[in-house]
Amino acid sequence: MRASDLFKSRPEGLYCPPGDFFIDPVRPVERALITHGHSDHARSGHRSVLATQETLDIMGLRYGEDFAGTTQAATLGETTDINGVAVTFHPAGHVLGSAQICVEHRGIRIVASGDYKRQKDATCLPFEPIPCDVFITEATFGLPVFRHPPDHEEIARVLKSAAQFPERSHLIGAYALGKAQRVMRLLRDAGYDRPIYIHGALAKLSEYYQSQGIDLGRLEPGTVESGAKADFAGAIVVGPPSAFADRWARRFPDPISCFASGWMRIRQRAKQGGVELPLIISDHADWDELIITIKETGAAEIWVTHGREEALVRWCELEGIAARPLHLVGYEDEGD
Amino acid sequence: MNRFAELLDRLVLTPSRNGKLTLLRDYFHSVEDPDRGLALAAITGDLNIAAVKPAMLRALVVERMDPVLFGYSYDYVGDLAETVSLVWPQPQGHIPNQVPTLAEVVGKLQAASRSDGPKVLARLLDDASISARFAIIKLVTGGLRIGVSARLAKQALADLGKVDIAEIEELWHGLAPPYTELFAWLEGRAEKPRSAALALFRPVMLSNAVDDGDLEKLEPADYAAEWKWDGIRVQAVCEGGVRRLYSRTGDDVSGAFPDLAAAMTFEAALDGELLVGDPREATGTFSDLQQRLNRKSVSPKIQQQYPAFMRCYDALQINGEDLRALPFAERRKHLEAFVKTLDPGRFDLSPLVAFTDWETLERLRQAPPHPIIEGVMLKRWDSPYLAGRPKGPWFKWKRDPHTVDAVLMYAQRGHGKRSSFYSDYTFGVWAGPEGAEELVPVGKAYFGFTDEELREIDKYVRDNTIERFGPVRSVRADRRNGLVLEVAFEGLNRSTRHKSGVAMRFPRISRLRWDKPAAEADRIETLQALLDR
Repeated sequence: MRASDLFKSRPEGLYCPPGDFFIDPVRPVERALITHGHSDHARSGHRSVLATQETLDIMGLRYGEDFAGTTQAATLGETTDINGVAVTFHPAGHVLGSAQICVEHRGIRIVASGDYKRQKDATCLPFEPIPCDVFITEATFGLPVFRHPPDHEEIARVLKSAAQFPERSHLIGAYALGKAQRVMRLLRDAGYDRPIYIHGALAKLSEYYQSQGIDLGRLEPGTVESGAKADFAGAIVVGPPSAFADRWARRFPDPISCFASGWMRIRQRAKQGGVELPLIISDHADWDELIITIKETGAAEIWVTHGREEALVRWCELEGIAARPLHLVGYEDEGD
Repeated sequence: MNRFAELLDRLVLTPSRNGKLTLLRDYFHSVEDPDRGLALAAITGDLNIAAVKPAMLRALVVERMDPVLFGYSYDYVGDLAETVSLVWPQPQGHIPNQVPTLAEVVGKLQAASRSDGPKVLARLLDDASISARFAIIKLVTGGLRIGVSARLAKQALADLGKVDIAEIEELWHGLAPPYTELFAWLEGRAEKPRSAALALFRPVMLSNAVDDGDLEKLEPADYAAEWKWDGIRVQAVCEGGVRRLYSRTGDDVSGAFPDLAAAMTFEAALDGELLVGDPREATGTFSDLQQRLNRKSVSPKIQQQYPAFMRCYDALQINGEDLRALPFAERRKHLEAFVKTLDPGRFDLSPLVAFTDWETLERLRQAPPHPIIEGVMLKRWDSPYLAGRPKGPWFKWKRDPHTVDAVLMYAQRGHGKRSSFYSDYTFGVWAGPEGAEELVPVGKAYFGFTDEELREIDKYVRDNTIERFGPVRSVRADRRNGLVLEVAFEGLNRSTRHKSGVAMRFPRISRLRWDKPAAEADRIETLQALLDR
């Protein structure tokens, strides 16, 4: 059996013919294995879903309890048999509940990374490199220009700015699942103990994180009822990036717009988005993490998906590792 | 170095003037000598470092990494300095002992010979963090491009020391990096630095606009009137063989006007307006003057075609005697006598405008004898020459602005307080044959409206968006639909950069014409007629 017989690219997503299942399909299918809860990976409407309990919970919060016909929780490190194919979930370090999926059949082992990062993150379990024959890696930040600095240095810049501009509020744009909670947790780790104001879109997920034992401190709704405009002077507000361009943001005094994302590494990206304080905090591996991870898996072959495939494929060629892009469609940048 | 790099990163993304001032002031306050003085010099353009060419930078980086990967990176980022700062590979096992200070970086760059410059630069980049690498590359490639003028940096210094910016401008040309004695004075640790340098800039006297009701309170006999020339305010200073032509903010602009500087063979400090033409024959228009602006070097042909001259209206010092404390009437007599001794092709006197009452002056103001006159100046006969903008002695009474009815075409989100509002508007007027009219953009304005009007326009933009490009929305605007804006502006220039061929000076929204159908907005010919006048 060849590796290319174990996985195929289909319009629905990555398909395993012997096991008859998809990983992170973008359209409704019979059987889906899901790496994590971001909406471009976890869609509703599948007949059956296998994912970690946290990912299932998050899908339930986002889509309602009937998001799939049947669900099954995967325990990290425990192998499940699907039509004779051995499937094991391992932590990916991306967001709460995120997993890599290791698939083994007739002596060939392929690991699909889903999205992952290697920087420490107090809101999820760390990535574990799994030795394999083929490693399917994401490449969201697959260019040598993407170098994420330590996240605590970025958070320190927000706190410095908040001290410098006490009459203004700081609005941090962060993706609602994962990034927002990580930012809040980083603020707490840096000693910030005032209430953090959040946009309504973050409430359910943040509450869920707290229920899973991730302490985010006191969160308050960023609504007018909770205070007059002046009360938000010096406040730190977290919300989805789209909200800051919206009328919602008008309640805050002379806000400084911050955006927590790996894309903020590029000045022009920050400038175009009207971001005054870019925070390079990403839940995806940067260039250095991508190439270290590829080496650590020991994989003889690398398949590169969603992102900038060409540069990573080029790097593998220079290192003498077989590599090819997997042209999967439907995954967006929005996860960062 | 990291603090300087962080300052640059913040400044480039901070749109508001007050925000920039806070960042600069905090930096000058918290960073020690000589680093802060070198940073100041880098910002004001007074730091001398031998330049490294972009091609050399590129060569350095592809010696160190795969050219194909560099190519992908550069294509993506689009800016060479930024790409190199990001992809620069730290040598294997190389851990710098400590982050170099700005002074160490500048010292090494200044000491480097032309031949070992690239090697020195490479070693500095090896030791630096990503944002420090970016700052170093900006220093050696020239031009920080952070949206901070020398004047804004001086304002931050003035805020730091709680002194008037005029004091700093007056000192500035006698000081040199790293400005240790300047900071010592601003922090109250030393006396104000005394300068022995010659031909220093004297802070200029500015005027206030005439407001409604101002004139009724003033006695016409107390004031002299002059035309207000729409050139560039300059100060010509010659002292002990040193000649300098300064802009109104104290920047030395002698290099851009070598023809005028060559004629400065006197001992005096004169205040006046730089214009082009030959004052004995004809004064050029603003379009002519534009040929001489914003040029690093100026060809002999341009100098001949558009010769610069100075129309003098005040004397601050003549033959070593400081006249600033004298009343305007006295200074004027000195000036009149002195200008007669100067090269008549390069210097003339700004004439007084005779009037007996405000009504007469109003008529003159409305119909000035030359297109480059933009109003009248009123100067109290008994006023001394005071730095800054004192209220009372000098007034500017400008010609009423031109207005045009234009249609809103694009709106862009603002910053800070306005970051959730579409507050920057691009507007156009009609062009093309009847039945096939099209809007051509003629300008952009982001003020002139009230907060309430801003909310109304913002709602209009959101309700009538047809396309989005990042922070910009394209708004429905055709013969039947569109918001008409009355735009006021000071003048028009010919422009080859704009499709419409015109560029507005100082445009602002003067009225929202909700009542006016889009089809009845003005045509481009209306503006073109203004150009030809």
